[in-house]
Amino acid sequence: MLNIEIDGKALEVEHGSTIIDAADKAGIPIPRFCYHPKLSVAANCRMCLVQVEKFNKPLPACATPVADGMKIFTRSKSAIEAQKSVMEFLLINHPLDCPICDQGGECDLQDIAVAYGTSGSRYTEEKRVVFNKNIGPLVSTDMTRCIQCTRCVRFLKEVGGMMELGMVGRGEHAEITAYVDKSVNSELSGNIIDLCPVGALTSKPFRYSARSWELTRRPSIAPHDGLGSHIEVHVKDNKVMRVLPREKESINECWLSDRDRFSYEGLNSPDRLKVPMIKHNGAWVETDWKTALEFAAGQIKDITNEHGSEALGVLVSPNSTMEEGYLAKKLADGLGCGNVDYRLRQTDFRLDGKRQGTPWMGINIHEIEELDRILVIGSNLRNEHPLLAQRFRKAVANGAELSVISPLDNDPLMDIAHKVIVRPNDMVNVLGQILKAMSGLQRLSLCLPASLNQLLEEIKVRPNTQAIAESMAGHGKDYDLVAPKVGIFLGNMALSDPRFTEMYSMAEAIGGISGAKGGILPAAANSTGMHMMGVMPSSTGMHARAMLEVPRKAYLIVNIEPELDCQHAALAKVAMAKAECVVALTAFKSQALENADVLLPIAPFTETSGTFMSMEGRVQSFTAVAKPLAECRPAWKVLRVLANTLGLQGFDYETSEQVKEAIFSGEKPSAVVWRSLNNNLKELVEIQVNIKHDGLQRIGEVPQYESDPIVRRSPPLQKTKYNIKPMARMCASQLEVLGLVEGDNVLVKQDKGSAVLTVKLDNHVAKGCVRVAAAHEDTIGLGDLMGDITVEKLSVEQLQAHTKASMEARA
Amino acid sequence: MLSQQAIEKIDYELTKYPADQRIAAVMSALRIVQTERGWLSKESITDVSQYLRIPEIAALEVAGFYNMYDLSPVGQYKITVCTNISCMLRDSDEIVDHLKAKLGVGFNEVTADGKFCLKEGECMGACGGAPLMTVNNHTMHEFLTTEKVDAILEELK
Amino acid sequence: MTTTISAQIPTPANSYEAGKPVMTDLNGQTLLCLRTLAEENPASLETYIKLGGYSALKRIVSEKTKATDIITQVKTSGLRGRGGAGFPTGLKWSFMPRYFDGVKYLVCNSDEGEPGTFKDRDIIRYNPHQLIEGMAIAAYTLGARVGYNYIHGEIWQDYEIFEAALHEAKAAGYLGENLFGTNFCFDLYAVHGYGAYICGEETALIESIEGKKGQPRFKPPFPASYGVFGKPTNVNNTESYASIPWIMQHGGEAFAALGVPNSGGTKLFSVSGHVGKPGNYEVKMGTPFTELLEMAGGVWKGRKLKAVIPGGPSTPVMPASAIMGATMDYEGLSKARSSLGAGSMIVMDETTCMVKALHRLSYFFYEESCGQCTPCREGTGWVYRVITRIVNGKGKMEDLDLLTDVSNNISGRTICALGEAAATPVLSFIKHFRPEFEYYIQHGKSMVESQIDAVVDGKAEPK
Repeated sequence: MLNIEIDGKALEVEHGSTIIDAADKAGIPIPRFCYHPKLSVAANCRMCLVQVEKFNKPLPACATPVADGMKIFTRSKSAIEAQKSVMEFLLINHPLDCPICDQGGECDLQDIAVAYGTSGSRYTEEKRVVFNKNIGPLVSTDMTRCIQCTRCVRFLKEVGGMMELGMVGRGEHAEITAYVDKSVNSELSGNIIDLCPVGALTSKPFRYSARSWELTRRPSIAPHDGLGSHIEVHVKDNKVMRVLPREKESINECWLSDRDRFSYEGLNSPDRLKVPMIKHNGAWVETDWKTALEFAAGQIKDITNEHGSEALGVLVSPNSTMEEGYLAKKLADGLGCGNVDYRLRQTDFRLDGKRQGTPWMGINIHEIEELDRILVIGSNLRNEHPLLAQRFRKAVANGAELSVISPLDNDPLMDIAHKVIVRPNDMVNVLGQILKAMSGLQRLSLCLPASLNQLLEEIKVRPNTQAIAESMAGHGKDYDLVAPKVGIFLGNMALSDPRFTEMYSMAEAIGGISGAKGGILPAAANSTGMHMMGVMPSSTGMHARAMLEVPRKAYLIVNIEPELDCQHAALAKVAMAKAECVVALTAFKSQALENADVLLPIAPFTETSGTFMSMEGRVQSFTAVAKPLAECRPAWKVLRVLANTLGLQGFDYETSEQVKEAIFSGEKPSAVVWRSLNNNLKELVEIQVNIKHDGLQRIGEVPQYESDPIVRRSPPLQKTKYNIKPMARMCASQLEVLGLVEGDNVLVKQDKGSAVLTVKLDNHVAKGCVRVAAAHEDTIGLGDLMGDITVEKLSVEQLQAHTKASMEARA
Repeated sequence: MLSQQAIEKIDYELTKYPADQRIAAVMSALRIVQTERGWLSKESITDVSQYLRIPEIAALEVAGFYNMYDLSPVGQYKITVCTNISCMLRDSDEIVDHLKAKLGVGFNEVTADGKFCLKEGECMGACGGAPLMTVNNHTMHEFLTTEKVDAILEELK
Repeated sequence: MTTTISAQIPTPANSYEAGKPVMTDLNGQTLLCLRTLAEENPASLETYIKLGGYSALKRIVSEKTKATDIITQVKTSGLRGRGGAGFPTGLKWSFMPRYFDGVKYLVCNSDEGEPGTFKDRDIIRYNPHQLIEGMAIAAYTLGARVGYNYIHGEIWQDYEIFEAALHEAKAAGYLGENLFGTNFCFDLYAVHGYGAYICGEETALIESIEGKKGQPRFKPPFPASYGVFGKPTNVNNTESYASIPWIMQHGGEAFAALGVPNSGGTKLFSVSGHVGKPGNYEVKMGTPFTELLEMAGGVWKGRKLKAVIPGGPSTPVMPASAIMGATMDYEGLSKARSSLGAGSMIVMDETTCMVKALHRLSYFFYEESCGQCTPCREGTGWVYRVITRIVNGKGKMEDLDLLTDVSNNISGRTICALGEAAATPVLSFIKHFRPEFEYYIQHGKSMVESQIDAVVDGKAEPK
């Protein structure tokens, strides 16, 4: 520790601290624009100049390391003079028109100018004008206001992983810009709005819609991926105007993914369902809640009475709250129905009953950056967990070695030490190779169970898997780590794969040998919570896939659009069409709900209270930030009243807190979670490692801005470059095998369904695979996300015939 | 697409730096491509950045910072006259006026026939030879007089 | 102590007297960095070797001379950084970490872009091998494996001369792997700027070598700990390196003895502007200004001296009265309230309008500011615009105080020294020639030019 003095206050600070660190900790304010604790130090704005004893020039507090005995003056004559002069320089070319600036009221420059500026300007020359840039649908620019602090440039390069903005030109002519006519495509781009200390970068969707002082700020939890980012929802006149991050160092730090930031625009979609609706003779009729609930309850009762309770299927979105999931499950239980599930995009359920607890990510979020060796299996990280990916990026920047096994070779914007890009089926064999190589590494004098050893016998270890094994064991280029911190993670593509059980078992065995932490990266905001509460079939019940394969007579669906949110779109569509009754709790009207019979308008996360449990097992409750729209009601209430109407007992909850209380049986949630989270298997499941599989495999990725009903309705997100129509994407060598070229039209078929798509060259796709995005109306005729697929070239005539047929079908 | 000659030249420059620092060759690579193509178009900068495997914006930052790179066409011959203090003291203004009159263009303009572009230069580190100018960055002419300028222009025509 | 090395210097295989420093007299100069200048092909390896070139390197490397001994010699020589700052070279060398796991770098700063400075160019084009030898000795001393000579982009033909010299030196076994059969390896490369004054600042230069914009880094860390590619790096000026072979041949004391106390050796002075024979003059430190001016042919056209900028525009301008009695060395010029800088004498005769001269200089700093930090980015434009307004006849008397104030606000508050450099001419021009500025503001035209016009019109006698 070093002893220093700031403004006469004696402080003890850590070695390596800068003056600004020390001052911030001590609560001594130093003005700054370019400095940000999460970014590299630029020291370019000079606003933080302070006087330091024995130095004849003022020093920048952000870049000056403290030394023992240092005496610092932040408010001395020389410091104030320096700060005021910098403020004067910053303002000479900055427009002095705060009243028409969107940043007005929440502008660092405005705030600091009040303290350090003067009432008039000595500058009478011409002011600089900088042309605005169009950098995409999310961030608006007003570049004349830019003070060249370069926070945005540094963020995109250092945190986003890709240099998308630069400062081009020099001197007074230097401008922040993207490359010529490019936009900023980072999935974390919205953070540059928060970082910009002036009104140069503002939110495009929010622009000129409200003043910061008109907004009510309410805390909430992001409802999309499993990270559980803390957000602050800004509301005006009961309407959500924007979403900003709430600082939570251990989760989202001070950042937010664009999905979490801009999805709120979907809440204000014209698709919002405002009143209950019942289908009468094929036509939708608005009705009141009582009628709707009685109708729904009557239908469910009639069908279960007639066909037995197993004639009902209950499907719950993993983006729904714990309270909603719990009540849906309890309602099914009450009816004696075991067909309940939240795992809509899963196809392999062989691990059911074999787990010791609730699967989770197996590590705390912030610990990722401390890992030395990381293996990511079947995940397009930036697409699935845009902000979490940034933690991995930090780990790699800190020196971690990242190995990737995936059918997709998308750039995670961090260095990959080793990668194996293969068909999903072959990923199992690759994992087997790694396991075998690891067991052979002398350092790990561990034996595998005989059953596993037998499985691995025929497997041949290749150099690239040997390299991954060595990396996981701590071997290094320059030096070896004796006890490396290892993390192994399975992503969405693994979770949706028909051989998930094999992948999981192999990963667990590798983890066991290497002492790794890790687990699955649950896809949705409440996947972990749903699993913990057991929103899954009873021992005799049907899982999500089975409920669609063997259609039920009635469905109760909560917060889902079946064809878009289920593993097998075609099955989902058919099942819903065939059912006698579909009761849908939904916030939106939807083409995908055309086969429903009752639509019950529920409140999205901003209009209800509830709880999500994140991928690291954090139980996070939130309250409504706005009143429910029109006749919308919180889904937990709807489920409660529906249960009441069904005549079920034990649904007397007055508040969502009471439901939460019931979920945790009155215990402290963290205690329940602590007991529950466990990635280990009770026993080794019977698996096969060496299965050959010919034929094309589909990679049915869910694009990040198609992941759930809210996101799908956010216009700004839909305008980003990530919103591309599904195409049949294949690598060059695969195209050659099929005799296709980019731009060809093809008929892709899965099971009985098909889709007509355009061929796109995509060398990020493993050979033997076709990447066809899911959760899109163009591909709702298709089947499994990760399943067999065929591709046929269409002639012009065939294409025309298909187009005509589909037009007719639509009509 | 870079020409084979350009690639060979850039590869030579790359030998000067560690293998993981390809970006270091961006100054030379931009110079090489500009010399070959006359100026640096968006496509040229993209070509360079792709070959060096660096973000395009990183290459543009460099191209936009150093004033011997031209981000717009400069005709066949770019004439850059230094007008800084040492040259100014030795009547560079007269040389500039002469060139402007003779070529019929002002600074940063290209003659109608696309042959010449006139630029104002900053100190070239050769003030002993003032007044002076460069032609296409790489040929310097010192101790200029209006007669000498005429002779140089004549030769370029 | 000083003789341990010079005593080992072998007698050069030429007509020079044994033990006598190898130097040539050319018009009263003391040619040391430019010692090949009187020869037929000054830049050739043959010429350089004929004059004893590379002998110091060969001796040092073959005999495994201790690095500390070499640094001691350089310290004794009194050699100070020739790029302008005048920091003692030997001391700088001692800052390089001796034990470092990885590549250390050596960088030569040949990015001369400060107006009036063109001395390094002559070393590069007339005596490149001495620079190469100096860098190789420095590399040996500091344990640097790789070196870069960063050459100003505008002197392209000279860059090519240097590249050719590098190939020559490598072929002859003075650069590359296992030199002189030892395990000493040194690769030296030429790299170029492409039009940015700021790259003369050492950290901007390092950024530029790395393929980035030349934006100076905040110091600390200094290049000695975090330089090229983040590795320890020693940066010296061309002339500093070029002085090393001679120092190692003849000893630090001999070098120091050429100059005056605190300013050892010879110095190249770039003389430009209103003189009869502009060019570089290598003279002993401490030479009176009047002698140097005479060597450069005196003030041209028989006119009177008005002012001199002695070390490039970042050093304060000196009225004739102040410089006439000065000697050309660090202390001599500092006593006369200016600074030696890089030894770039810009000579201005009585016809020079100081307002317009400052106008051009302020444009230069405005144009060359890298734009990174606020005071310089915003302040240089402000200053330039105000002076432009004065030149356009729209000046106000309070502008002079404003200019002074704004310049003071730039100075000392920026990342690099360009802030001070930009402020210095404004402050010193207004200080020494205030009446000329006031006249311009009052009359809307130049005082000097008005006087000349009056002479031409026959209304007044020339002064």
